[in-house]
Amino acid sequence: MNSSQPDAISGLAAQKRRGKSFSGVTEIGLSMIQDRKSFFAWLQAAPMMLVFALFFLLPLVFVTIVSAWDYNEYEMIPAFSLRGYTDTFEGCVADLPDLCTILKTYLKTLQLCLMTWSLTLLIGFTVAYFLAFHIRSKTWQIVLTLLCTIPFWTSNVIRMIAWIPLLGRNGLVNNALEGMGLIHQPLEWLLFSEFSVVLALVHLFTFFMVVPIFNSMIRIDKRLIEAAYDAGATGWQTLVNVVIPLSKPGIVIGSIFVITIVMGDFVTIGVMGGEQIASAGKIIETRLNALQFPAAAANAVILLGITILIISALTRIVDIRKEL
Amino acid sequence: MSSRSKSHNGVNRRALLKGAAGAVGLAAGSGAITGFPYVYSAEPKVLRYLGTAVNEGDEISKKCLEDTGIKIEYITATTDDVTKRVITQPNSFDVLDTEYFSLKKLVPSGNIFALDAKKIKEFDNITPVFTKGQLPNGKKIGDQGTAPWKVLYLEGPNSKKFSTTPTEFVTLIPTVYNADTLGIRPDLIKRPIESWTELLNPEFKGKASILNIPSIGIMDAAMVVEASGQHKYTDKGNMTKAEIDLTMKIMTEAKKAGQFRAFWKDFNESVNLMASGETVIQSMWSPAVTKVRSMGIACTFQPLKEGYRSWASGFCVSKAVSGPKLDWAYEFVNWYLSGWAGAYLNRQGYYSAVLSTAKANMTPDEWGYWMEGKPAVGDIKAPDGTVLEKAGAKRDGGSYDDRMGAVACWNAVMDENDYMVRKWNEFIAA
Repeated sequence: MNSSQPDAISGLAAQKRRGKSFSGVTEIGLSMIQDRKSFFAWLQAAPMMLVFALFFLLPLVFVTIVSAWDYNEYEMIPAFSLRGYTDTFEGCVADLPDLCTILKTYLKTLQLCLMTWSLTLLIGFTVAYFLAFHIRSKTWQIVLTLLCTIPFWTSNVIRMIAWIPLLGRNGLVNNALEGMGLIHQPLEWLLFSEFSVVLALVHLFTFFMVVPIFNSMIRIDKRLIEAAYDAGATGWQTLVNVVIPLSKPGIVIGSIFVITIVMGDFVTIGVMGGEQIASAGKIIETRLNALQFPAAAANAVILLGITILIISALTRIVDIRKEL
Repeated sequence: MSSRSKSHNGVNRRALLKGAAGAVGLAAGSGAITGFPYVYSAEPKVLRYLGTAVNEGDEISKKCLEDTGIKIEYITATTDDVTKRVITQPNSFDVLDTEYFSLKKLVPSGNIFALDAKKIKEFDNITPVFTKGQLPNGKKIGDQGTAPWKVLYLEGPNSKKFSTTPTEFVTLIPTVYNADTLGIRPDLIKRPIESWTELLNPEFKGKASILNIPSIGIMDAAMVVEASGQHKYTDKGNMTKAEIDLTMKIMTEAKKAGQFRAFWKDFNESVNLMASGETVIQSMWSPAVTKVRSMGIACTFQPLKEGYRSWASGFCVSKAVSGPKLDWAYEFVNWYLSGWAGAYLNRQGYYSAVLSTAKANMTPDEWGYWMEGKPAVGDIKAPDGTVLEKAGAKRDGGSYDDRMGAVACWNAVMDENDYMVRKWNEFIAA
């Protein structure tokens, strides 16, 4: 599909060019053809659009509407009220210079997000580079890519519980370090800390970085790299001036995956942080569990807004549609 | 496959269906001949049972099918999701297994059917803990929080208001309850623990835990605050805003000082924390203590001088249930109270609502160990046959009267719930 699209576009452009030199009658005929073509294009896109509108846009509209409703102990009241929002930002002005709950939470979420993003990018890029340029055989590329999915072979819960025997107070790492005489007290920050949260997130989501970057890299024309080498570029110069710019779409897509998942994650942060680290998703969950749906919806709208801001900033840097 | 052979298959299938229908008819007919009262009884009796995993044992549904012919289909969800489901999808279940404190949210939604006390055979034998707030021996027990007897009765069959005096319209038939306290690792603490204040004792810095379910967590926090003498609550289950602020302030300070290793939300998390030695003192539930012990690790459900935080659950029926299904629901509830299930629950360390019928289904030694606080004569076994305690062991906290008699408060939904939830989020973010 990717390859046929540019063909179709260039075909249309060629028609346009030709159309100009012809008389008016032909032009009308051509524009009719174009109309019909765009009609079929819309028709082809229609099923996806329908699914998107029904299962994504419509619920989103509902969430936004509900976020401006009132509520009591057990039900939503369809009357306009911004309580969900005002409650959320409670104390943000009064508590200055201290940060209010929501700002603290978002700062923490953004901080975790940034750490996870930079680590997954670094590791994901390296792995993808290795797969794309150092593994010659297609079979091995596939086998090794599949190996990257290992973290997904067990359920979320089991995977996270499995960290305790490894990083816990009496876990493998602490026992090994003590055995080697490097430490005398077990390291407490290994588990239920920001360290363990970032570790688990990186472990889980590096894969989402590897795949799109690998996909971009494998489409880089190998002759470009040979040309750079022939022109006397060092390995580093080739990486910075050829490989990275051409992998940008993959990097941006991977970043969008990782950032959106981490911004909304509360299960990993909850379990690995010992439920002591706040996250934007956790606030929504607590509100939902207390049946305060409008307040939860308001928080969801805020989270969505912030995530969209980040994503649109990213797509400003790289125009994915142009690069694909 | 060609279209021709497809249609051929179609004919075959239809013929097969006809035959099957005939066979069913024959079976139904022969059933009538052999003395079934009416053909209607051929319809399977199925009840959709919504609740948390804790009470949804396969053993219970198997035994129920055997005794009554009612097939129980479990729908499992977390405590919070159960409540959500009742309010948003009342048609998706028949029988609801929930806690009394949830009723403050469920009953006003109008989705709960008012059960007729006269149709519950053992209703008058339900322990007075639920109906009067006292032990069978007459001793009054703590009534702070959403105590069951405050929300047991409705004013009328379609009322959304709780009645303060007994009526025949019952919201929730009690089945199982317990008195919760702190769990400790006696092998790692190595000294007696007697008060809730120990949860915030700096001696256990980085080794304590509390549960991250706001409505229950705040009650445990209140037990700690009151035990330390910093404040005496009028009702721990219904705090004022100022009381919520104070409680959360004390907990926040402890959190910032690194008192807590982790908070837990799920039964298995609490078991893991305790068994791995990450924590040595924490809020805990009775079956979790049993599970840690069955792993061969010392763990005590420590009785404390300030008393227990209690909870109770039972069966509601959805307002959407009617006709024969409603009769099965009554039949199921009656079966549940008739003894076998009660004994099953008692053997897990819970308490059953009708004590007399459960007693008849337990051995004197089991009854003595679980209910009377007597040393076990033989080994005490779990319902699945694994040995829980060796002969000579005594239950933590002693007898039913000792434990239930020392209840200080009940799980609750506060009037200021909305404010409390916000403050809890602040506590987690601190």
